[in-house]
Amino acid sequence: MTTTTETAGGIQVVKPTVASYIRDYFARVRGGDLGTLPAVLGLLVLVLIFGTARSETFLSALNFANLFNQSAQIVFIAMGLVFVLLLGEIDLSAGFASGVCGAVMAILLTTHGLPWYVAIPAAMATGIVIGLVLGVLVAKLGIPSFVVTLAAFLGFQGVLLTLLEGGKNISITDEFVKSLNNGTLSVRDSWIFAVIGVAGFAAAQLFRWRGRVSRNLVAEPFGIVVARIAGVALLAFSATYVLTLERAVNKAITSLKGTPIVVPIIVVFLVIWTFVLARTTYGRHVYAVGGNTEAARRAGIPVDRIRISVFVICSFMASIGGILVVSRQSSVDPNTGGSNILLYSVGAAVIGGTSLFGGKGKIIYAVIGGAVIIVIENGMTLLGLNSGVKFIFTGLVLLAAASVDALARRRAAATGS
Amino acid sequence: MAATPLLELRGIDKSFGPVQVLHDVGLSVYPGEVTALVGDNGAGKSTLVKCISGIYSIDAGTVTFEGREVTVHNPRDAAALGIEVVYQDLALCDNLDIVQNMFLGREKKHGIVLDEATMEEMAGETLRSLSVRTVKSLRQLVSSLSGGQRQTVAIAKAVLWNSRVVILDEPTAALGVAQTAQVLELVRRLADNGLGVVLISHNMNDVFAVSDRIAALYLGRMAAQVKAADVTHSQVVELITGGRSGNLGLPPERPSDFIDITPGEVK
Ligand SMILES: Nc1ncnc2c1ncn2[C@@H]1O[C@H](COP(=O)(O)OP(=O)(O)OP(=O)(O)O)[C@@H](O)[C@H]1O
Ligand SMILES: [Mg+2]
Repeated sequence: MTTTTETAGGIQVVKPTVASYIRDYFARVRGGDLGTLPAVLGLLVLVLIFGTARSETFLSALNFANLFNQSAQIVFIAMGLVFVLLLGEIDLSAGFASGVCGAVMAILLTTHGLPWYVAIPAAMATGIVIGLVLGVLVAKLGIPSFVVTLAAFLGFQGVLLTLLEGGKNISITDEFVKSLNNGTLSVRDSWIFAVIGVAGFAAAQLFRWRGRVSRNLVAEPFGIVVARIAGVALLAFSATYVLTLERAVNKAITSLKGTPIVVPIIVVFLVIWTFVLARTTYGRHVYAVGGNTEAARRAGIPVDRIRISVFVICSFMASIGGILVVSRQSSVDPNTGGSNILLYSVGAAVIGGTSLFGGKGKIIYAVIGGAVIIVIENGMTLLGLNSGVKFIFTGLVLLAAASVDALARRRAAATGS
Repeated sequence: MAATPLLELRGIDKSFGPVQVLHDVGLSVYPGEVTALVGDNGAGKSTLVKCISGIYSIDAGTVTFEGREVTVHNPRDAAALGIEVVYQDLALCDNLDIVQNMFLGREKKHGIVLDEATMEEMAGETLRSLSVRTVKSLRQLVSSLSGGQRQTVAIAKAVLWNSRVVILDEPTAALGVAQTAQVLELVRRLADNGLGVVLISHNMNDVFAVSDRIAALYLGRMAAQVKAADVTHSQVVELITGGRSGNLGLPPERPSDFIDITPGEVK
């Protein structure tokens, strides 16, 4: 049934085949290691439901493109939160931090008349400083992150109000900033982006596979690698196809087609942070601190510095979320980054499969979880359901995701896997 | 036997707040020998190990490594000297795989990218040198391993680095008969390869099976450090439980903070 093969140092290990790989995957799932599977299945079910109930609107190219613009802020905050959650910490202030950073950008653009290439870095720097303060309070003073960031949640709400002088609404006119989360790539550039993206993914996968084979290490079955590349290609190309269809409401007046500019922005950060977490020492240490802080400390890992750094990354990502939401609304108001943004972002990370107990999660989970949240929000609006129903349903989905996480953990403890 | 100790501790004191856990402790570790460190629960064995490895700072005393006095501020300093510890609670990350755990904190890199292939090769070779012949996969998560396998990974992690001194805190405590025998064999092999090995154990059979010297801690004091061949089972047990045995061990006067309530034994 299972054949063995020789690997590094002449150790006998199980030789993976496509069949055994798939068997192993299901064994892991049964053992409680679900990863992002529930989120993907949930997404499919939701799309199916809304797609049948409102095929005209929900499945339109216009709505599809809208989903990306709508979800950008949540997805960015959620990507940052993954780092914080990996350490078993939480950042409740990320929503208003994104609002504050967005306001900093808007004020520099309008009141001070500065160009975007000053205002955007200033907003990002604000995020980094916020993260540094939060991280130092948590790591050095040992205040639980829940309390520190709850205080910051209130504080930043106040800072935002103060920056907006008691509640003014600041509108921005900078075309570049507005294009970030409203503009689209040309049809040609959309396809170039898709091809480069898929080719890059394929190259990375094949390069890694060949590297292992050439050094006589056990590698994934080639069939699995090919299937994964084919899957990503299918997804990227079909999405690009839909996004390059004409989706203007009134085609006679303007034409609207092409991948939203925010998509490459999301993809770039997805790739960078995935690389950092999976392929660098820093990422390895983040997982280690999240998995067993004491073991990490004994291994000489600077635990405090890692703890501070995840808050910096989180607030930095929140600042980009803030820039994108201000771009989307062309304005900033006292509620930018408020209301349900933070809860949706935490929800996105957790629904995507990031464990609240630390040590388990990937950046892609934030994107998939963000998609689930936005599809619920968008689909239920199209169904004509009111906010009350939406919140209740989203709350239930989040609860379901957290239960899956907790149950998986118990199950893993029980089966010892 | 080798004349100069590889690692020598003298006069180590350690307190946690008002509680002094180690009093004037000395210990010598010789290359090519297994030194058993024994003592009752709470005697201070684990604390002493953590002082050696730099997790705790010492309040007083000196540490000499290969004749040089050294100060160990953190686990990295200890590792740089070649001192490796396998902790009682193993200190493995369940969410990482075998290779990732073995290289934790000392990852091999190409530029900024982790060099997974080299790490996997080295991990495989080290496991092989410890006579591990089969695993399901080197990329298996540590959470899916049995107690003995986890212990093996922890020991492999310690010997990966051309270490000079390996300290094992109760490596067989949670193991069955067969796995205990395997781990003890492993311990003996480390010493035969010229390492200085410190083995902490509560099991006298294990202690006498593999060790060359025995050091007995009693209430945070070093009662005696003797050659295993020179003492009997019951003498060691007396050293552990009473701090002295015949003319071996601590002087008869009690430690100042010791209140003896045993009737008829007050001196
Ligand atoms: N961090 C700490 N703070 C305060 N007291 C401590 C601390 N660590 C250990 N102690 C105390 O120091 C004493 C020695 O503990 P230690 O763990 O070194 O004993 P041990 O010899 O390893 O025992 P065992 O055989 O049970 O493992 C105990 O009384 C313990 O309560
Ligand atoms: Mg102990």
